[in-house]
Amino acid sequence: MLTANRLRDGDVLYRKGDGWVPLLADGEVYADQASADAALAAANAELANNTFVAPYLFEVREACGKIVPVKEREIIRAAGPTVHPHTGKQAGQINA
Amino acid sequence: MTKLINFSNGKSGGAYAQDAYAPVTDDAALPDGPVLVSLARFQKDRDALLARNTPVGIRLQSSENPEQLGKDIHHFALIALEFPKFRDGRAFSWARILRTRLGFTGEIRAVGDFLYDQVNYQHRVGFDAWEVPDNFTIEMFNRALTEMTNVYQPSSDGKKTIRELRASR
Amino acid sequence: MLNPKQVEPNMYRYDEFDARFVSERVEQFAGQVERRLSGELTEDQFKPLRLMNGLYLQLHAYMLRIAVPYGTLSSRQMRRLAHIARTYDKDFGHFTTRTNLQLNWIKLVDVPAILRELAEVEMHCIQTSGNCVRNVTADQFAGATDEEIEDPRPLAEIIRQWSSLHPEFVFLARKFKIAVGATEKDRAALQYHDMAVQIVKNAEGRIGYKVMAGGGMGRTPYIAHVMREFVEREDILAYLEAVLRVYNQDSRRDNIHKQRIKILINTIGPEEMRGRVAREFEEIKRTGTLQLPQEELDRITAYFALPRFETGLSDDMPEAGKDFADWARTNVHKHRAPGYAIATITLKTPGQVPGDATSAQMDTIADLMDEFSVGEVRVTHEQNLVLPHVRKKDLPAIFAKLKELDFASPNAGLITDIIACPGLDYCDLANARSIPIAQSIAKKFENLARQQDIGELKIKISGCINACGHHHAGHIGILGVDKKGVEFYQLQLGGSGAEDASIGDIMGPGFTEHEIAGAVERVVDVYLKTRKDGERFLDTYRRLGMAPFKDAAYEKVAA
Repeated sequence: MLTANRLRDGDVLYRKGDGWVPLLADGEVYADQASADAALAAANAELANNTFVAPYLFEVREACGKIVPVKEREIIRAAGPTVHPHTGKQAGQINA
Repeated sequence: MTKLINFSNGKSGGAYAQDAYAPVTDDAALPDGPVLVSLARFQKDRDALLARNTPVGIRLQSSENPEQLGKDIHHFALIALEFPKFRDGRAFSWARILRTRLGFTGEIRAVGDFLYDQVNYQHRVGFDAWEVPDNFTIEMFNRALTEMTNVYQPSSDGKKTIRELRASR
Repeated sequence: MLNPKQVEPNMYRYDEFDARFVSERVEQFAGQVERRLSGELTEDQFKPLRLMNGLYLQLHAYMLRIAVPYGTLSSRQMRRLAHIARTYDKDFGHFTTRTNLQLNWIKLVDVPAILRELAEVEMHCIQTSGNCVRNVTADQFAGATDEEIEDPRPLAEIIRQWSSLHPEFVFLARKFKIAVGATEKDRAALQYHDMAVQIVKNAEGRIGYKVMAGGGMGRTPYIAHVMREFVEREDILAYLEAVLRVYNQDSRRDNIHKQRIKILINTIGPEEMRGRVAREFEEIKRTGTLQLPQEELDRITAYFALPRFETGLSDDMPEAGKDFADWARTNVHKHRAPGYAIATITLKTPGQVPGDATSAQMDTIADLMDEFSVGEVRVTHEQNLVLPHVRKKDLPAIFAKLKELDFASPNAGLITDIIACPGLDYCDLANARSIPIAQSIAKKFENLARQQDIGELKIKISGCINACGHHHAGHIGILGVDKKGVEFYQLQLGGSGAEDASIGDIMGPGFTEHEIAGAVERVVDVYLKTRKDGERFLDTYRRLGMAPFKDAAYEKVAA
């Protein structure tokens, strides 16, 4: 999958098609390296529009029918701090 | 393309200026008129360069300490200090030393990769000429120098520090 | 927000020059934000500019780091921090090991407004990050302890001003951290700083400054070298500028991991470094422009005048029950004035996030500051707060109020008074979480009698090699690492950030998130079984070495 942060408020974003969505669950999963690289290349080309920053790819896997990141880092990024469950996307806090 | 900004207009602010110096690569023949050479070229052709009766400028990389020029420093009308990338801040110290310690009174020119946001610091440590991109306007240049009115540190610009201003209230 | 009971403490106050400087800097940064949003600045260009103003892009959002110079805050400032956390963030903030306050969910577009609100209470975010001189820290007991030669904060303030937008040193090879102390006992981790100044008296009884440089944690930890045993008062800025200039000129710039001053000094050797600095120092002195006149030192010092202490107060500790006595034993320290005390508020109640405070808690602490501590509080590098000037007779009332806040843990300096960086819960650089490990260890050792039996034991946890959690300096240090996306925790033993500074020894392979608290417990048990009279954990470790602790730590894991 491909993630970035929105420039104006820093919110975590996930790539879907040609745009971005706030939740990992709604993001696009790239089946192979080539399509992931293509998505990253497209995002990099859009950096000049100055709406998002720092795009990068990360790995996900399927577990119990759900898409979850391989790395703990991305699990926390998608949900929010484990030590403050009332904050972040896990608490439904999404910037408009 | 780049332009040159300096204070040739008097003290009221920056102005675009003609660059009189021809940059010369290390193995090219010397053209007539003022030339800008590297440290290596200067060390190789020192006597020949100084024998010409035209101004010589030297372009120093950020790793090249101007103190190594010794007394030769006063042969130069221009010392260009290079910013290979804007995060490399060594030239701030070189300019400071050139002005404050070595007594260099010629032009110190900022060349390479630097930001609008660094121009005021450069001015403070002793730069008085800037090789800027074409879209860098005089208005921007003057604004960069006036965003911060007062300073805490003495530097090469001789500007009164906040401490001195307090004392003279 | 006007509070009728607000007390103005004796601390540095901005004059019109400082105020103008900060507000112009705010508008300058507002302009930089605007240029970024418009696309005039690329992210690569903006990043160093925003970092120089304390703005990071972290794992979830932007994080803003607000400077608390030398850890000193007024109640008015504390209330403003609470207000900012409430208005622009999620109602809490995090006090850090550099005595700053971090807000974790800041919007870029809100930053100019936040900076304006801070400027109104004489605060800023200038140089809380970036490759420049960072927020200067000092002993949290400054001005209150009778151990000090003099209050280190006037010098810290002078350094703050000198280093603010210093034209020569805002694009250094790497960050540069300075601390100031004035006691033999080191509460500010001086020897782990890029540069540290210790206020000393020479053989003739004259006050001056001992300057150290080249300490640091991170990938390659070093204890600082003494650069000069005694620098005359008027020469101190010239000397500091000499160290900075040598560093700026001579540091490597080709490998980000080898660009701190500690690498330069340990590559060329401390003797060579002292020589280069001495030469530079003489040159700077020759120009004379950086001499610090006594009048200036006196002028700044006057801001930090001692409050008028009441006389005739009883110097006895009040009786107020066992809980209070327990708290007073660890969290109350000797004050310079009879009848007064220094009270430490540990933000470390077992189970709590070390260093976190909610807006409501900050507001209540501001009330406590006004009512009991002449409107003043200190932030410590151990992520605690300190009420510097309280009457002993008020301690029971303070304790009662802290209990309501859940900040009354009687654990200052004990095993549950743990330093932890934000770790992978917030930080973009982290490899592992720190806070949950601190929480699980604190919970395991929650029993107070056991904590008191163990005595002084400093646990410090970092979520990556950059060591914001000071793990190298922990009696027990814990370093989080990432092994194929899974968190592991390495133990280090024998570190100290105090006057007996040492770098902890690495034990061996890491433990899992679930094993680490148990391993710490087994290590502590070895200490309890083998300690001699009066030995702290650190002393026993230094006597016995790693072997018995290592055997115990891995015992259960192997079985």
